[in-house]
Amino acid sequence: MDISFNQSLPKTGSLRAGRERFAFLKRDHFRRNLTWFLMALPALVWIFVFKYLTLFGVWIAFTNYKVRRGVFGSEFVGLDNFRFLFATDTALRATFNTIGLNLLFIAGGTIAALFLAWLLYEIYASKLTKYYQTMLLLPRFISWVVVGYFVYALLATDNGLINMFLRSIGLPPIQWYNSPQYWSGILLLVSLWSGMGISSLIYLSGMLAIDVQLFESARIDGANKWQQFKYVVFPMILPLVVINLLLSTAYILNADFGLFFQVTRNQPLLYPTTDVLDTYIYRSLIVTQNVSMAAAAQFYQSIVGFVLVIVFNWIVRRIERADEPLSLF
Amino acid sequence: MDTDRLMNWIGRFSIHLVVLILGLCCLIPLLLILSASFTDEIALTRSGYSLIPSQFSTSAYEMIFRSPQAIVRAYAVSIFTTVVGTIIAVFIMSMLGYALSRPTFVLRKPLSLFVFFTMLFNGGLVPYYILMTQYLRVQDTIFALMLPYFVVVYYVLILRTYFAALPGELIDAARVDGAGEFRIFLTIALPLAKPALATIALFTALNYWNDWTTALYFIRDPQLYPLQYLLYIIQSNAQAMQLQSGVGVNLGEVPTQTTRMAMAVLATGPAALFFLFFQRYLVRGVTLGAFK
Repeated sequence: MDISFNQSLPKTGSLRAGRERFAFLKRDHFRRNLTWFLMALPALVWIFVFKYLTLFGVWIAFTNYKVRRGVFGSEFVGLDNFRFLFATDTALRATFNTIGLNLLFIAGGTIAALFLAWLLYEIYASKLTKYYQTMLLLPRFISWVVVGYFVYALLATDNGLINMFLRSIGLPPIQWYNSPQYWSGILLLVSLWSGMGISSLIYLSGMLAIDVQLFESARIDGANKWQQFKYVVFPMILPLVVINLLLSTAYILNADFGLFFQVTRNQPLLYPTTDVLDTYIYRSLIVTQNVSMAAAAQFYQSIVGFVLVIVFNWIVRRIERADEPLSLF
Repeated sequence: MDTDRLMNWIGRFSIHLVVLILGLCCLIPLLLILSASFTDEIALTRSGYSLIPSQFSTSAYEMIFRSPQAIVRAYAVSIFTTVVGTIIAVFIMSMLGYALSRPTFVLRKPLSLFVFFTMLFNGGLVPYYILMTQYLRVQDTIFALMLPYFVVVYYVLILRTYFAALPGELIDAARVDGAGEFRIFLTIALPLAKPALATIALFTALNYWNDWTTALYFIRDPQLYPLQYLLYIIQSNAQAMQLQSGVGVNLGEVPTQTTRMAMAVLATGPAALFFLFFQRYLVRGVTLGAFK
């Protein structure tokens, strides 16, 4: 409701004068809308080009793409690209790695974030908590390149901190960058390092919203800290946890390119456990320049991803409380 | 009762201890880089990475500052894209957010749908790469580094919510005074939305500063390497140092490991300071959901 519209209506004057005034206001209304539209336009153009035009890119998955011929000039080959894609072990391996590692990150990340949030909740009154939070949040704002640097400082075969330590206690050093079997664990630790602070903040705000009287009565009933967590905190923030789990599961086919590319130093020897769809697509597209293969993998990452987001958002919508909407739409 | 209080105190103390250790775990990797950058190259090779330099030396920094062309150039590129990119991005995002927050805007509903529907799908790298290189043809230009972050739909959502909550009386009063819509936006809405703008600007600036993927996809010209990408190039190919910049001529003379670590320190420093100064805006951004 536009209040100014009413306020600036003529208070006195003949009917004709009033109509003229009204016509002026209508023109004003139009001008105002035009201004708003023009203000929105730059961003709208960007969204149209980068979000909607790129949707035509899915067509590439069905063509033998040649740069010279362009997206729609290239020869249509039906499902051939997909047949080739799934004939190679690499694409399947990348898919399994993406899903497996994401499940690991989701499970580990949720448990760690809940635990940390609870610890912070218990000492929330302390002045020190602010400083702890600063420390815990910092990693998310360090670029993956630099993360790759310090992981190297830790894991370098000859002089990395961990191998120096292993040597000092008489154990043989490990060739980390040649040993794919360790990397699910290493990547989990790095992703926890990076994201734990931020996700704990979300659960912490959920815990702070819990009525303290619940804790009082639990304490009077003789509940210890663990029982308080189990019977008060956990049930209260369970909806938040479930919703976060669902929303992250919707993105299970999307991996963080920086984590998998920089932290592993893009070591081919590690691909068996660290190659994910995003790194596979990058390599096919830019390194080996097999655009059609990349597009086929991209197609199912995008399409399956879209379906998952729609389905999981629908589920979240069914279970969320009306007063705090959490789904995307 | 006294034992109770003691137990309570011990409990509290141990929680503080655990959180402090976790917090230190967040910092220690960065200290490892800092320490390595101040270590003598030969000592680093011999006695390895440690939290305290085994043999203190500033030769890595001296080496960088003796012929700093590459890093100065990369700094210039990163600062330019971060500053100009952030200004443009925040401006066009807040214009869109403001327009979509106006209750009497006749296109509000359809345009909101057009904008926010894009949050559900993602064409991915392949079409994006072809769009940038074959159609927009921005590869190897400074625009390639700025274009990708001009609009983040989630930030538009946050800005729209913020603008919608601004008191309507001020805007109406300005309108009665005869101010045009664009002037109202510039002189009233934007200043009132400063906290939200600061949060979005900060996240956008960090996106730009920490970005290396855009350069990985679209930049081949060493003159246009942003800082993080230069770091990546140096890491992925220690010889790139000689080829790209002329920092050191003879590999035997170059304290490669320590120089790389010193470069990492120089590249992370500004982002870390940024973070510390504007922490409260970042925390607000996190609670608003700006960081997904």
